[in-house]
Parts: sequence; structure tokens; C-alpha cells
Amino acid sequence: MSKNKSEYLINRHDNQYEVVIGLEVHAQVTSDSKLFSTSATKFGAEPNTQVSLVDAAFPGMLPVINEYCVKQAIKTGIGLKAKINKRSVFDRKNYFYADLPQGYQISQFKDPIVGEGKVILDMPDGQKEVGIERLHLEQDAGKSIHDLDPKNTFVDLNRSGVALMEIVSKPDLRSPDEVNAYIKKLRSIMRYLGTCDGNMQEGSLRADVNVSVRKKGSKEFGTRCEIKNVNSIKFMQMAIEYEANRQVDLIEDGQTIDQETRLFDTKKNETRSMRSKEDAHDYRYFPDPDLLPLEVSDDFIENLKSEIPELPDEKKKRFIEKFKLSPYEANILVSDIETSNYFENVIKKSDVKLATNWIIGELFAALNEKNLEITESPISAGNLSKLINLIKDGTISGKIAKTVFEQMMKGDKDPKKIVEEKGLKQESDPKALEALIDKVIDDNRDKAIEYKSGKVKLFGFFVGQVMKVSGGKANPQLVNEILKKKL
Amino acid sequence: MSDITKQSLSELVENIKSKKLSSSEVTKAFVERSEKSKELNVYITEDYENALNKAKTFDEKPNLDLKLPGIPMAVKDLFCTKNLRTTAGSKILNNFVPTYESTVTQNIWNEGAILVGKLNCDEFAMGSSNETSFFGNVQNPIDKNLVPGGSSGGSSSAVAAQLTPITIGTDTGGSIRQPASFTGTVGLKPTYGSCSRYGIVAFASSLDQAGPMAQNVKDCALLQEVISTYDEKDSTSIDFKRNEYSKELTKDIKGKKIGIPKEYRVDGMPKEIEDLWKKGIEYVKDCGAEIIDISLPHTNYALPTYYIVAPAEASSNLARYDGVKYGFRAEGENLIDMYEKTRSEGFGAEVQRRIMIGTYVLSSGYYDAYYLKAQKVRKLIKNDFDEAYKKVDAILTPSTPSSAFKIGEKTNDPVSMYLNDIFTVPVNLAGLPGISIPAGHDTKGYPLGLQIIGKAFDEQNILNIAYAMEEKINFKNNITDWWIK
Repeated sequence: MSKNKSEYLINRHDNQYEVVIGLEVHAQVTSDSKLFSTSATKFGAEPNTQVSLVDAAFPGMLPVINEYCVKQAIKTGIGLKAKINKRSVFDRKNYFYADLPQGYQISQFKDPIVGEGKVILDMPDGQKEVGIERLHLEQDAGKSIHDLDPKNTFVDLNRSGVALMEIVSKPDLRSPDEVNAYIKKLRSIMRYLGTCDGNMQEGSLRADVNVSVRKKGSKEFGTRCEIKNVNSIKFMQMAIEYEANRQVDLIEDGQTIDQETRLFDTKKNETRSMRSKEDAHDYRYFPDPDLLPLEVSDDFIENLKSEIPELPDEKKKRFIEKFKLSPYEANILVSDIETSNYFENVIKKSDVKLATNWIIGELFAALNEKNLEITESPISAGNLSKLINLIKDGTISGKIAKTVFEQMMKGDKDPKKIVEEKGLKQESDPKALEALIDKVIDDNRDKAIEYKSGKVKLFGFFVGQVMKVSGGKANPQLVNEILKKKL
Repeated sequence: MSDITKQSLSELVENIKSKKLSSSEVTKAFVERSEKSKELNVYITEDYENALNKAKTFDEKPNLDLKLPGIPMAVKDLFCTKNLRTTAGSKILNNFVPTYESTVTQNIWNEGAILVGKLNCDEFAMGSSNETSFFGNVQNPIDKNLVPGGSSGGSSSAVAAQLTPITIGTDTGGSIRQPASFTGTVGLKPTYGSCSRYGIVAFASSLDQAGPMAQNVKDCALLQEVISTYDEKDSTSIDFKRNEYSKELTKDIKGKKIGIPKEYRVDGMPKEIEDLWKKGIEYVKDCGAEIIDISLPHTNYALPTYYIVAPAEASSNLARYDGVKYGFRAEGENLIDMYEKTRSEGFGAEVQRRIMIGTYVLSSGYYDAYYLKAQKVRKLIKNDFDEAYKKVDAILTPSTPSSAFKIGEKTNDPVSMYLNDIFTVPVNLAGLPGISIPAGHDTKGYPLGLQIIGKAFDEQNILNIAYAMEEKINFKNNITDWWIK
């Protein structure tokens, strides 16, 4: 057994294998126009309606770099605490395909815009640092549609030329769980920065997954296979699991692993060989003579640094230090920019501890049930803040608050109004409560005598009776106090 | 006026501005002469009717402040022209009609000129004789069986035969200067980055430059001032202060230092080229310039370097002609089959040869030995010029190692064809401006040119030197109109 509870190992006979994973994430740059043309980039547009002469590679058309995309890439680099290269070069990656109009993809090969950086993962057994090898800018290709016609392939060039950031990790990941945490963290950072919306359904975030295995303790890397273009975290995890086991089986069987490119079949839950190393394309990379090397000044980078918002790691630290949140609570609240924005809006005017509990507890549960994002929450941050204040100042009890909360989930209403309309206000007037309590004691004389003779368990019975009679509105704390005196 | 087509561009502009001639009269004259000159095969696409209509429209409300008021002009078929077929001399673009206009041609129309047609050229500008064009070879008006040079062979022939008062070509390794030299005309290849490449069918992006081709230096200067603009649509366009070249043109070149590079005395160079060069040196001295011997030590490597860099870029630039989006498509069993058939039927032999060379030199395992090495040598060639320009203001060389050769003479010997570019190619590799002016005739009576190479962005200086020499040389083209029956 491994010492480390969360260590992911594959056991075969007497051997234990460690899985080594590196990811090449393709993140679509959030930008209204493409990397080298002014065409729009809106998702879901009619086919071939967002295509310029440059995107369709008409004769004599030339690429012109979109400065905004360059800024987005640099910002992402800053978010990954990476080295920004003041000089980078766009290269042509040459290959023929029907949805690649130029016959080459403009990418960055030898000199990427961003160099080495790192991402910190919060794992159950502590933090883990994953190295970033590089980030480069490149064009997306168009889309080939093979299933609309039995004989013909259709091509949609809307995506052709859309700006992508390829973020290459070092082979530092060791389990499907770490891959999950890594993608989520990367996505979170980019969403904080506004450089990629991270929408995996729309293809804004996809990854090529490099997997190899080695005997535990070994320092040498095994031969890796690259699983191309996986577009959900779940599929990445399934693909890794399948692929790692396949490789272990081969080794245990005395066979060798071929370095190759594989595809993940989501229906059969298996990876399949796409092409071997021998069949690999010769991309004939060379610097694109239509574009000069991209040079950015120190000032340009410094200006972008000043635009960087507080990122999840820093925010988490602040939440823990300033608001005394637990690391667990802080992690949840900073994991997504929308959640942290919501949280910070709620606590502007209300108690932090209560806000934390209500957001992580009730709100998340309710949203989950309705399958809603925090941005779609029926309860605005302002109204949740009001609800919390009603609890805090004793207007309603925590229990009543849950009823009010349920009402609010049906439509964002001011909790004060709900309390008033439904008469849910907590009874905190000692005189009124005394009267109520006297009546309950009166009605239950025999029990009161039993209590006095030592049957203290009956105290709960009296509290329950008072609450019942008050319709749940009696202030439980006051009820306790008065009851103790009266009994 | 009966001899409209014999007038230079400057004369025509003056006559239209002073209302001695209308645009319609001028356009009609060139259209009629073009119609009588089909045998030269200079046009790939004629647009005579539109041209005449545009001339009429111009005359109705003539703007005489323009630099090219109502001047008819045919242009090389490598420039994309909106709504008029643009073929690049290739079958693969046989039916391609652009929806857009190149920046260089747009600049020309903005100054009032009128498009008359598209001129023949080597396929994708790959050739030195106009024999690789899908639309057939072009006759040199000097002599029926002579090539007009290439790749701007239709352009040189059209200017020499006075079918267009002036034109534009493109020059990747000599494609303006060599045909100018072969036809007794003037051709300027500007500094790389001077003229926008937007809308010009690309051959080799780091070398391609558009430039004027004219009957004389003054006309050439005027057109250069029209076509050279900074263009944001071309990332390699350079924003520098551009002169009004024709206004600032002067024959006063006293005290200018002219370099004579010893490495351009190549083995086997005909004596008549050597003599022409010597004559050129005398002319320059007569103008009061000083001659200085210089060395450009890496000259010998220029041609092999060029024939790695240019095909490498071309192999990638031409990948877009795949039958998918526009242009010629051959049906195939599947995608790969369609590609293979389209490209082997759509491209001619020379283009295929260069695509193969380019693909080879970029392939993994050969990249360092060829492409990367070539880029290093290219830098050394540029350094040679930088060194030389510490001592001289311009460099004088022959334009070509021989006069125009016969049609078919070199088609089976690509290396001998490539050698034609030996004096022009280094200029492209270094990104410098160069001008070829007619300077004499060989023993057969064929024209020969001299080349003046300038510092980057110093077009004015080489135009001035050419202008001064032009007067001394007093060249006359012997054109007999043999093709007009």
C-alpha cells in the first residue's frame, strides 16, 4: 500500500505503476475578432457567415495580427506566473486538409509568446505545483462536417482563424483527479482574467492528453501516447484511465509501447490508434514571411500587469486571512470568479460567517437541484445579504429563514417583504413570549411537575410546545431563557 | 493626333491636363493598337469595353488634378482586380474573379488611371521568359522569336510595343528588371516594404515587390510615387517618408559615389556585357559621379540561396490552391486524390518543380542544412551591401548576363534559365531598390540593360542616377511593328 492516501497507482501482480500525464490545452481567446482578421467569432452562427477573405485564404490576402489577442495571451501568461517573451515568432505549420484554407496553420513553434510558468492545485492531501512549459498563440482550423451528405463533406470556416492559446504543461500530473483539478484551475484563472470563457461544450477549451506509465520509483519516463482533442474533463479522466491500463497491460505482457497519436472513443470508452510516429505529418515549420517577429516592450507588459485582477490563489489567501474562512470554504468560494463576486457582494453589507454558510450550504444545494449556474441564481446577492441581516438582527430565526429562502428561490423577492406578507417575523417581545409560555405551562401542569421533580429531559418538550403554539415564530433563544426561569 | 501611343506617360498626362487630348481618345488609341497586336499575346484578359466606358465617364467630369488623369493602363495578371479575372498565368486560377482590389492597383485607379486588361506573365511569376504561362508565351516586340523576359514578360512587351503607356510588374528575383532589360524599357524594383503586397498573388512573400515598368525614367518615377504607400493590411509594409519622386527628380548627380562590385564579373560573361558595363561607368563619370571599386564577397551564393528561400516560401504560399474553395478542381475518389489531381493538372511543370524543391528544403532533417543555412547566407549578402554603402551611394552592374534569348532556347535547362537572375537576385535577398535602364544593344541589335542598386528607401537617388544616365545614353529601341499586318 502507498503511504499517500490519494496516490494513484495501477497494480498488476507484484508491480505498481505510476501514471505520468502532460496536457496541451487549447483555449479559445476571448476576443470579438479573429487572430489575423476582423471577422466575428460568435459561437453558433450560421455556417460560413463569419469568414473574411483572409480566413478563406483568397489569393493575395495577408494576415494582420490582432493586438487584443496578443494582450489576452500575455495576460494569461501573467496569470500563470510565467515568463513573457518580449520577442516571439509566428511560424507556418504546413499540412493539407479541407478545413485548413491556407494549407498551413499560423502558430508559434520555436519562439512562443509565453515561456515557463506554474499552476498551484489544491488537492485533498495538500497543494501541488504543476509546471507550465509554454503558451503560444495559433489559429484554429475550420470544421469538416462529414455526416450531412453520404458523398460530400461540408466545410464551415467560421472557426477558421479564431485565436487559440495552446498551453503546454510539463509532465507533472499523476492522476485523473489531478487532471481534473488542473483543468478547473486553469479555467478558473482564465475566467478571472477574462481571456477564455472556458466553455467546454462550445469547444472553447479542449486538450491533447499525453499519457505514459512507469514502475513506481522509476526516474525514467515511459513511452508516451498522445490522445487528441478531448473536450470534457470526464472524457479526459476516462481516456487516461483506459490508456494507462492499456499501457500497463502491454508492459506486463512483455510488449513495448509505440509512440503514437490516439483517439478517445467516447461511446466505447477506449482509445484507438490514429497514426504512428512513422506516419506523423512533417509540418515543415518555418517563420511566416507575411508576419514580422512580434515584439512587445516592457511598458506594454507592465500596463497589462496593472490590469490583472486578484486571481484565485491571492483571493483565497485574503479570504482566509481577512475573513477567517477555512481553506476548504475559501477554495470553494474562489474556484469560480462568478461565485467569488457573488460572495463578495453578499458580505459587503452582511455577516461573513453566515454568508459563507448560506452560500456554500443552502444556495449551492438549491442551485444544484435546479441545475443553475451562480450567474443564473434567482436570488441576487443583494437579497441574500438582506436575508442574512434578518437572521443576524433576530427578525427571523434560522428555521424561518429557510422558508423565506425557498420563497426567494421562486423569484427574487425582497426577503423583508416575504417576512411581512406572510407574517413570519420572529416573536422576540419577552412579555408576549412570557404570556405564551405561561399558557403552555398551564396547559401541561403535570409535565411541569415532573420536570421540577428532576425529569430535565422534558425541557425540550416545552420548547417544542412553545414553538408550535407560536407557529415557529418565537425567538428560540428567548424561549429558552424564559422557560428556564419559569419552570 | 495620330501618334498617341508613341507618347510617353508624362506627355499623355500633360496633354490630357491641358485638354489637348481626352481620356477617350487616348484609351481608344491604346485599345486599337492592342487589338492589332494579338500576335504578341501580351493580354490574358482584355477589358476594352469597360475601359472605353470608364474613359467616357472620366471625360464627362474630368478631374485634372489627379496624377494619372484618364490614363489607360494594363497591369500584370498577378494583381487582383475587383470583378476582373485574375489568373497569375495559371490554369488553377483560370476562372478566378476577385471580389477585391490590390492596394497597388487601387492606388493607381485612385489617381485616375483606367484598367484596360491583364497582362501575361510566367505562372505564379515563376520564370524568366514568360514561357511557363498557361496562356502561352509572349513575343518580344524587338524580334519575333525572342522571349520578352519574365516573369513580367507581358508587361515588358506591352510597354515596349506601346500597347500601354506604362505598367506595373512584380519582382521576386528580377521579374521586373530582367524583362525591362530584354525589351529596352525601364523597370524599378522598389525597396521591400515600399509597395503593399495586399492583393498580389504571392510567390515568395519575403522577396515579392511590385514596381513600375515604363518607357523612361521620369514616367517610372511618377508611377512609383503613386503606387508606394504604407498599408496596414500588409504587415511587412514600412511606414517611411515617401518622396514625390517625379517632382524631386534631378539629373544632378555630381559627386555621387558609384560602386562597381568586382564579383559581378562572372565567368563566361559575354564581352558585350562587359563593354556595356564599361560604357555605363563612362556615362556615370561624365555626369560628374565618382567611381569606386567595391566588393560584395557573398555574391556567388546569392543564386543558390534564392533558389532555396523562394521555393520554400512558394511551396507554402501555393498550398491554398487545393481545389476546395475557388479555382480549378479535378474530381477525385477522395480528398487526397482530388488534391493530387487538381494540383498536378492545375499547376505547370515549373511551378511543380519549385513546390517540390521548397517542400524538400523545409522538410524535417533538411531544414537546418538548407532553409536555415540559406537564411544565414541571406544575412551575409545583406551585410555585404551594408558594408559597401558605407563607401558608396549606389552600385552599378549589368542587369542580365546576356540579351534576350530565343523562345524555347532554355526551357529544357532550368539551371541555365535560373542563371539569368544572377545580377538581380542579390537585390531581392537584401530587400534593396534596383532599377534597370536600357543602355545599349548587343551585336544582334537586341537591347541590353544596366542596373543601379540603391540603399534601402533611397529610390530617389537611383532614379536620379538613372535619369542622368538616360540622357547620356540616349537609347533608341528598334521596334518595327512587325506584328501589325
